[in-house]
Amino acid sequence: MQQFANPTRFLQLANRALPTIWAVTVILFAIGLYGALVSAPPDYQQGETVRIMFVHVPAAWLAMLVYTVMALSSAVAIIFRHPLADVAAKTAAPIGAVFCFLALATGSLWGKPMWGAWWVWDARLTSMFVLFLLYVGYIAIWQAIEEPTRAAMIARIVALVGFVNIPVIKFSVDWWNTLHQPASVLRMDGSTIDWSIRWPLLVLGVAYTFLFLALHLTSMRSEITARKLRNLQIARSGEA
Amino acid sequence: MTLLFALLRRDLTLASRQGGGAGTALGFFLTVLVLLPIGIGPDQATLQRLAPGILWITLLLSVLLSADRIFQQDFEDGSLEVMAMAPPPLELVALTKAIAHWLSTSLPLSIAAPFLGILLNLRTEIIWPLTLAMVLGSFALSLLASIGASLTLNLRRGGLLISILVLPLYVPVLVFGMSATIGNPELIMPSLLILAAITLASLALAPMAAAAALRAYLR
Repeated sequence: MQQFANPTRFLQLANRALPTIWAVTVILFAIGLYGALVSAPPDYQQGETVRIMFVHVPAAWLAMLVYTVMALSSAVAIIFRHPLADVAAKTAAPIGAVFCFLALATGSLWGKPMWGAWWVWDARLTSMFVLFLLYVGYIAIWQAIEEPTRAAMIARIVALVGFVNIPVIKFSVDWWNTLHQPASVLRMDGSTIDWSIRWPLLVLGVAYTFLFLALHLTSMRSEITARKLRNLQIARSGEA
Repeated sequence: MTLLFALLRRDLTLASRQGGGAGTALGFFLTVLVLLPIGIGPDQATLQRLAPGILWITLLLSVLLSADRIFQQDFEDGSLEVMAMAPPPLELVALTKAIAHWLSTSLPLSIAAPFLGILLNLRTEIIWPLTLAMVLGSFALSLLASIGASLTLNLRRGGLLISILVLPLYVPVLVFGMSATIGNPELIMPSLLILAAITLASLALAPMAAAAALRAYLR
């Protein structure tokens, strides 16, 4: 980890790794989408609409993974004062928020033909919605505070407080939902998942992860460059 | 310790004399309580069914909207810097201020709210369970609000940002507060115990988060 501490070194490594990461992403998406759209059989109950699941489920996985990455980066920033940890957390947030929104939107599109409703307040949906709010709050705090060092310090706390609360919220929403279970039984995954459906899901899960990695590194690169630019501008206005 | 008690007394005195404490929060509470039936419709049965939830949510919003008062004024006039340099750790200072907010705003509101539920045709047998649950949850509400207040110190549009940051933290309090109020009678005691657990956890963790945020602003 220490070897990535130098931003210039990190940029060199990122620049060298990114083309490979993008290539792997594209290949995995190709394989996964073939499995999802072509080779996986239509569900006996849901027909072809079950294929939304292949977009929806990995997006939800990533939404949770990215928040974990954000929280870990914030923890590393606090404990080790790693210079790039704040950059990692800051740039991960919008990507995670988009994955979260994608999960909610595709879930909604799936819900309409399957349940007859665009939205229901079951435990998972409610928890995912709250996760989206946590992302929004985190991004908002970076935008609200002007001074970058202070913004970083505050953002770390926001990320960690949010992370500590995710299991608590999840538990309380599950509890609430079992109390207020709607009359019909909702089956999100259908029956036990057959291998022919499971392998495209797993491949797409890995593909989404590589996509996040590629986007994250690109975003970190932009952020580091933006900071260098800002420092140069400050130095220049200092000389003038 | 005497310093902390002095701080508590000072904050309570300021809250009672300056306003923005219980009185204003109560006013906000009443205003929302007037708007809701206008929005939902005056049907007594509907209001009765919705009343516990409405009262809880309005309590959350009232506590949250008065939260930025916790640190803001002392930060503006420099007292917070003095408090940071004083012998007691900043964590205890943050805790004392959260306690002051609780005593001056959350607690009075949580005692008054269930009785205001009469306006919403609240079932009378729920009033005492609701009061108990709200009073038990009110300390956690103030503690979590103090985290939000310290994170958004002196920011423009900080009020909205506090709400976005803290309302997800309020979800467990709301869930267990509601289940301690209405619903299965067997679950009332476990729900109250979980509310107490949330309060204790907030008591342990909120001052640390708040102090860390305050240090970022006091640099």
